[in-house]
Amino acid sequence: MSESQVLVEAQGLAKRFGDFEAVKDLSFSVKRGEVVGVLGPNGAGKTTTMRMLTGYLEPSAGKACIGGLDVSKERLKAQTMLGYLPENAPLYDEMMVIDYLNFVADIRKVDPSNRQAKLRTICERCGLMEVLGKDVGHLSKGYRQRVGLAQALLHDPDLLILDEPTSGLDPNQIIEIRKLIKELGQDKTVLLSTHILPEVQATCDRILIISNGKLVADDTPEALTQGESGAVIQVVVKSPAASQEEAARLQELFERVKGVGRVESQEGEGNGTLGFRLTAQGNCDPRAELFGCAVEHELVLLNMNKERASLEDTFRNLTLGEGGSHE
Amino acid sequence: MSNICAIAKRELRGYFDSPVAYIVVIAFLLISGWMLFSSLFIMGRADLRPFFSPSPFSPSMLLVILSAAVTMKLVAEERKTGTLEMLTTMPIKDYEVVFGKFLAGFSLLASALLLTAAYAITVAGLGELDWGPVISGYLGLLLFSGSLVAIGIMCSTWTSNQIVAFIVAFILGAGLYYIYWLQFFLPEFLAPIAEYISVSFHLDNMARGVIDSRDVLYYLTLTAGSLFLAVRSLEQQHA
Repeated sequence: MSESQVLVEAQGLAKRFGDFEAVKDLSFSVKRGEVVGVLGPNGAGKTTTMRMLTGYLEPSAGKACIGGLDVSKERLKAQTMLGYLPENAPLYDEMMVIDYLNFVADIRKVDPSNRQAKLRTICERCGLMEVLGKDVGHLSKGYRQRVGLAQALLHDPDLLILDEPTSGLDPNQIIEIRKLIKELGQDKTVLLSTHILPEVQATCDRILIISNGKLVADDTPEALTQGESGAVIQVVVKSPAASQEEAARLQELFERVKGVGRVESQEGEGNGTLGFRLTAQGNCDPRAELFGCAVEHELVLLNMNKERASLEDTFRNLTLGEGGSHE
Repeated sequence: MSNICAIAKRELRGYFDSPVAYIVVIAFLLISGWMLFSSLFIMGRADLRPFFSPSPFSPSMLLVILSAAVTMKLVAEERKTGTLEMLTTMPIKDYEVVFGKFLAGFSLLASALLLTAAYAITVAGLGELDWGPVISGYLGLLLFSGSLVAIGIMCSTWTSNQIVAFIVAFILGAGLYYIYWLQFFLPEFLAPIAEYISVSFHLDNMARGVIDSRDVLYYLTLTAGSLFLAVRSLEQQHA
């Protein structure tokens, strides 16, 4: 991996607000062309991290580099390389969409000779043609978000930083914005934050999970769903009594099976059945042992089904793990 | 420079797309016109002194209020709605933001002031008018408005609440204005200081037709100092 391929680099980034450490010693890098999702519970430090990358906040320690330029030392130069959409798309409500985009084009020094063509391409791409003459304040949230994206794209930046681009949108709008981000990801590097898990699975090549201001995972969505938490096995057993005691007895029994980690009791498939949710340890597949155990104790297995751990599980494990459950 | 123009252009459009600009200009023309002509006919002399010289109730006092009104939202509202974050993540320097906004606020008040030239022309038609004090009076009022707009912008960078920005700017402006008359109640050693820091004292000199570099320098220093503090306050948001 050559140096020029790294577009964003955070080295030991930290941000302190008084006594509160919002971000602690965060290091990661994003290569050119990647679409990276920053995931974390609310208040994990996602927005603070993005604000440091965009030059809005000065890091308390460490440094952020965009295209090899230190953001705090060469803020203006680094900022020409990125387009940023803060959370909730803060825009000038009293301006018309076209006036607003022209204003941004002025500040972004978009060449006046081909500005009209450029504005047109971007408005078409973001689906803004029919609202150009409307006041920004009168737009729906979905359109606001598109204006925010258009604003970030005007100067054709290498890097797009999007803070919760789909928050507050309805399901149709979410799908549209996601589609747009995916299209943009084909020729731009995108760093987006979210706390919506399917979103990163749908759009990102790589996921960074931040919890309590620390980086707890940095991997592809596939790797994270296979991750250390192991596979989940759903088991349904026939049990005419289906009592609490019976369930507790079986739970204990399954916990002793080799390769099984956690066992949780759950809904069965109706009367006379008991359901369990087992988490395998590491990369084990304990299904053979489970079957052996069932035979040995004369249990009737109705269903045994291995699932991949969902990103939700990985996320919960990583963010609730290390004393992260303060909320 | 182009960034300063872009910011100033946007703010000026904002003034003229909303009723703000019209209210400010019309209110200033009506009230200052009434103030001028009501005393003009009592005095029976073609003299614009009542228009330029500061008094507890004069066009310049009106400018103290209007400058706080036109500047209160300039930064405070951007801070509140989050557009300031958007703006500072674009390649633009903090001083360009402040100076652009200053130019917009100042241009609005300056255009209201220049429209009152119609009054000067009217008065000149009524009798022999000495144009010297008129020119120095206008220069004085322009410098005076500039420093008050700068104070207003400084106050607007301190808060995300427009009303707070207005009240603080008004208190500072009115304080610097009225301290000229309060000096008589102050201990003897404080009186010259109070006189010197008062915006009215320097305006009074210029209204009499005296263009003294000390008065000009006072206004320029006040303007530059306030704008400098406004830039510093904007820089604080990165901390």
